[in-house]
Amino acid sequence: MAYGEFEAVRGIDLEVQRGEVFAFLGPNGAGKTTTLEVMEGYRKRSGGEVSVLGVDPEHAGSDWRERIGVVLQESDVEPELTVRECLQLYGGYYRTPRPVEDTIALAGLSEKADTRGARLSGGQRRRLDVALALIGDPELVFLDEPTTGFDPLARRAAWDVIAGLQALGKTIFLTTHYMEEAEHLADRICVIAAGEIVAEGTPQTLGGRDSARSEISFTLPAGVDAGALPPAVAAVISDRQGRRLVLESHEPLEILGALSAWAREHGHALADIDVHRPTLEDTYLKLTERPQ
Amino acid sequence: MSASSPATVRHGSKPAWALVVHQFRYDLRSFLRNRQGRFFTLALPILFLVIFCSVFGNGTVRVPGGRIKESTYYVPGLVALGIISASFVNLVISVTTQRESGILKRRRATPVPAWVLIAGRSLTAVVTAIAIAVVLVAIGGVAYGAHLPGRTIPAIIVAVVLGSVTFCLLGYALASVIGSADSAQPMTQAVMLPLYFISGVFVPSDIIPKWLTNVASVFPVRHLSQALLTAFNPHTTGSGFAWHDILILGIWGIGGLVVAIRRFGWEPKET
Repeated sequence: MAYGEFEAVRGIDLEVQRGEVFAFLGPNGAGKTTTLEVMEGYRKRSGGEVSVLGVDPEHAGSDWRERIGVVLQESDVEPELTVRECLQLYGGYYRTPRPVEDTIALAGLSEKADTRGARLSGGQRRRLDVALALIGDPELVFLDEPTTGFDPLARRAAWDVIAGLQALGKTIFLTTHYMEEAEHLADRICVIAAGEIVAEGTPQTLGGRDSARSEISFTLPAGVDAGALPPAVAAVISDRQGRRLVLESHEPLEILGALSAWAREHGHALADIDVHRPTLEDTYLKLTERPQ
Repeated sequence: MSASSPATVRHGSKPAWALVVHQFRYDLRSFLRNRQGRFFTLALPILFLVIFCSVFGNGTVRVPGGRIKESTYYVPGLVALGIISASFVNLVISVTTQRESGILKRRRATPVPAWVLIAGRSLTAVVTAIAIAVVLVAIGGVAYGAHLPGRTIPAIIVAVVLGSVTFCLLGYALASVIGSADSAQPMTQAVMLPLYFISGVFVPSDIIPKWLTNVASVFPVRHLSQALLTAFNPHTTGSGFAWHDILILGIWGIGGLVVAIRRFGWEPKET
């Protein structure tokens, strides 16, 4: 897929199941929005096959648009219309819209129903964006960074809305920069970097996260040499910064057992010991690392 | 997809014209709530009429067929200005702003056909233009004794509607080449202000040099104000249709349509 001179994405091969929340992750400029806009029917592609709800978006008509909802990365609300009027306007575009009041409530805007777009806060505008994407009662909703710029409370509220959509049986295609968001919402995650897919999986298994080694780190007690550690522990030292040792193992319990037996025997407290499983963010950063 | 071609796709039980009216209702509401739009489109032409009639109200202007009162002269000129404010200036500003802020892009994600959005917005401009024309004629007649036409009313209606549609199309054409919402207002004024002066809207055409009038005759502003003046001129005989001016206006409208179809985009221009 490319537009203009620049090939934005290539070799993207992904399939989203009905009823699934699919998160599309990647650094800025990785090609997320381009891919999304091809699927939304905004961009022509230079090659490849795309089928959304069984239709090629490039040639899709208004019947297809009845079935999708779109939250764009950047789009203003209608400044002079109230929340209710805005939803009435957009609802009128569809054959079978959702009830307006219902949709306002779903987006958590009931108290702002009579407020004009220009007077809504950033978070409220984004919620109106979501409400407008839902007014046509779509089967498939595209959300391009729906919570960027939200405070933590507003983000939680938005997650509830999205989780509610899934409960309604909608398919959701989401892009985000927030790993907690993907982890919280997504059934499946796909990571792209520099226009190519680098990993795909559930939040638990992405990039081999479930089988990744755990990290154990601690500071050697004063006067103790690393050579004094039990052989099983010494064998898995992966990094050393001054007196701080980092161990990596698939079997952290074994290592911890050997380490704690040794520490107890010699009366070391190892008070700063830390055991760490790779978070989704660690996995993501490793996957999208740019070659220096 | 089913075998239905785009032309036969209907929106539920709603026929296409009802969708246009739906869009029109909300566009009109948005327009009426916008302070800047209200001032430039509704208040300014009235303000000009009051000022011009107060300053020059008792003089006369030489027009085809004889001399007419200044107030009778200024009413059609300022009706032209009102039409252009509603159809061109206001439309360029609002459409450019909506495009740059992603509003148009979002609307295009819905099933609403593009032509419905254009027709709904243009209908707002035409209705506003008619309203401002009625108000200006009423104020001119009642407050300043301007001649009120009778027999030529159909010609006036044709000129107002055709002028409004033409300037809507030219508005979409200009909006398609403007890169940012901020430059929409100065751009429209830069285009229109000189034309208002040389086309006899602000200054009686009998004191404008011939060569300037010739320049003005290339552009649509003069032809709109001339078509209206012909219909408002008490010396005009017959039904008051200025076919020559109407033809040239129509040509400008078609030109605007061609540019708009080729160039108008729904997404923000990439910077």
